[in-house]
Amino acid sequence: MEKILIRNISVCDPEEGVKENFDVLIEGEKIKGVEKEIKTEDAEVIEGKGLYLLPGLVDVHAHLREPGFEDKETIETGVKAAVKGGYVAIFAMPNTNPCMDRGAVVKYVKEKGKNIGLCEVFPVGAITKGRKGEELADFYEMIREGAIAFSDDGDYVQNSKIMQNALYYTRDFNLPLIQHAEDKFLVNGGCANESPFTISLGLKGRPREAEIIAIERDIILLKKTKGKLHIAHVSAKESVDIIKRAKEEGLSVTCEVTPHHLILTEKAIENFNTNAKVNPPLREEKDKERLIEGLKEGIIDVIATDHAPHRIQDK
Amino acid sequence: MKKKDLLGLRELNKKEIEYILNLGEKFLEILKRPIPKVPTLRGKTVCNLFFEPSTRTRLSFELAAKRLSADVINFSASTSALLKGESTLDTLQNILAMKVDCFIIRHSSSGAPHFLAKHTDASVINAGDGTHEHPTQALLDIFTMKRHLRDLSGKKVLIIGDIMHSRVARSNIFGLLKLGARVFLAGPKPLIPDEFEELGTYLVSDIDGILKEVDVVMGLRVQKERGGANYLPSFEDYRRFYGITVERLKIIKENALIMHPGPVNWGVEMDYEVLKDKRCVIHEQVTNGVAVRMGILFYLLGSGEIKEES
Repeated sequence: MEKILIRNISVCDPEEGVKENFDVLIEGEKIKGVEKEIKTEDAEVIEGKGLYLLPGLVDVHAHLREPGFEDKETIETGVKAAVKGGYVAIFAMPNTNPCMDRGAVVKYVKEKGKNIGLCEVFPVGAITKGRKGEELADFYEMIREGAIAFSDDGDYVQNSKIMQNALYYTRDFNLPLIQHAEDKFLVNGGCANESPFTISLGLKGRPREAEIIAIERDIILLKKTKGKLHIAHVSAKESVDIIKRAKEEGLSVTCEVTPHHLILTEKAIENFNTNAKVNPPLREEKDKERLIEGLKEGIIDVIATDHAPHRIQDK
Repeated sequence: MKKKDLLGLRELNKKEIEYILNLGEKFLEILKRPIPKVPTLRGKTVCNLFFEPSTRTRLSFELAAKRLSADVINFSASTSALLKGESTLDTLQNILAMKVDCFIIRHSSSGAPHFLAKHTDASVINAGDGTHEHPTQALLDIFTMKRHLRDLSGKKVLIIGDIMHSRVARSNIFGLLKLGARVFLAGPKPLIPDEFEELGTYLVSDIDGILKEVDVVMGLRVQKERGGANYLPSFEDYRRFYGITVERLKIIKENALIMHPGPVNWGVEMDYEVLKDKRCVIHEQVTNGVAVRMGILFYLLGSGEIKEES
């Protein structure tokens, strides 16, 4: 059997924290030992000094574009990219065509993922039919086919009554809604953070208030419904404080942050770099700092990529 | 000193702005001659790429290029293969393949000229991009101001109107601040975000108060096509509160300038009678535009001295 010994690596153990300078022995597909020092003769040795060994990662926010937009990404290319990046499970968002708002599409994505067999693919069904925000989608049919959460990702469920009803349902099926929290009317076609910098570039703003208002409303509804909510890709510092307060009140709310919001600011769009145009937009240094703090404090629960491929000519 | 492109006044320094304005002076003098033409850019090809409608700017550039003996070709979106469904990117790539020396581009997206400039070795001149910049308009505005007021340092310029959607305002703000002028902005509050204050301007609400003091007052067009009208409860009240009206002519200083980049919505941001006031330089702006654009074309494409007809 093939043996691999990784020496002197920092092992990130979710239970026990980071263990520095450990040896890890792998035999075939099994981890045989994690010890301060492992002696073995017939193993291939990998020097791990200065490196970290992470458990398989889970991405709770990815767009695999299939069905409907296979010129951007397919489930297969998406899964391969995930595995290459160390992921063992990914959530597939429902902004496909046809929209993943029914059992058949959920089943298609789930089975395709299973057949590729490289990592788990968990379909996220739509909250409303066609992600239009008008009528609830068929939650139970999608759950039977393997949906793990519901989201109109890319679009905020603007209608408060529909959102309230959907949140009530989360108590029945005990799966969360994932909200792309940006008020549509304040977004109004905006493409960058609203600030002196972007105003001088003549770019239409997606103001922070769009996110803050959207999250505040959802928290109010969450309090009423006692449902289960996950806020996608928070970008504004104020959002961290709102979610902190909601958690302190004992509400069932979680949230994520993307790597780009942790690393970059709006300055990345200088000279009209369209590759740095993302939703929600990259914001300011003060936001980036608060997001990092929020992650350290455990207010932000998870880093999710929002992997969302586009064709180069579209960017 | 030489640059490949003119994308915005944000990227130019005081020296470069003054250099272009001085070239404009030389060409204004040439334009007054019996034969207002020089062979300076003979053999160069200039392409007008207009994805948005334009009268003044396109004709002004075409005339400027012809006065410099350059060849001019024109593209306008409304008569192009864009109507057959060709994408903007494909259109640009095909025009790039024709190998011209200079592109003059107007587009409804902020940053379109910057995108083009990254993909060509030819010079790119921004003739207005979305709500970002319109540097050649601002240069001709500043040129006109300087001809009347000389040194702009410490001079007070008031811009009234839809600042948020105005590329003319942005370019004027960047340029005027670099030349030491003080820039005041007035207009409906939703169209003048506080962020403009951080760029170094003063936001004022008492128009009649500030009108008494300023050396230049510039009205901006209410841009219905950019959704500007959605911000205004009524045009009548716009005129009442922010219009350069016949009544307000009485409080504007004797030697002040009244400007507008055009086209004007008469009776909204300006009364038609203003055109006859001796302080109004709207048509002089257009005349100066040709000279300043000749200066810009020479600055980017020319070499050494301005050639005279032999």
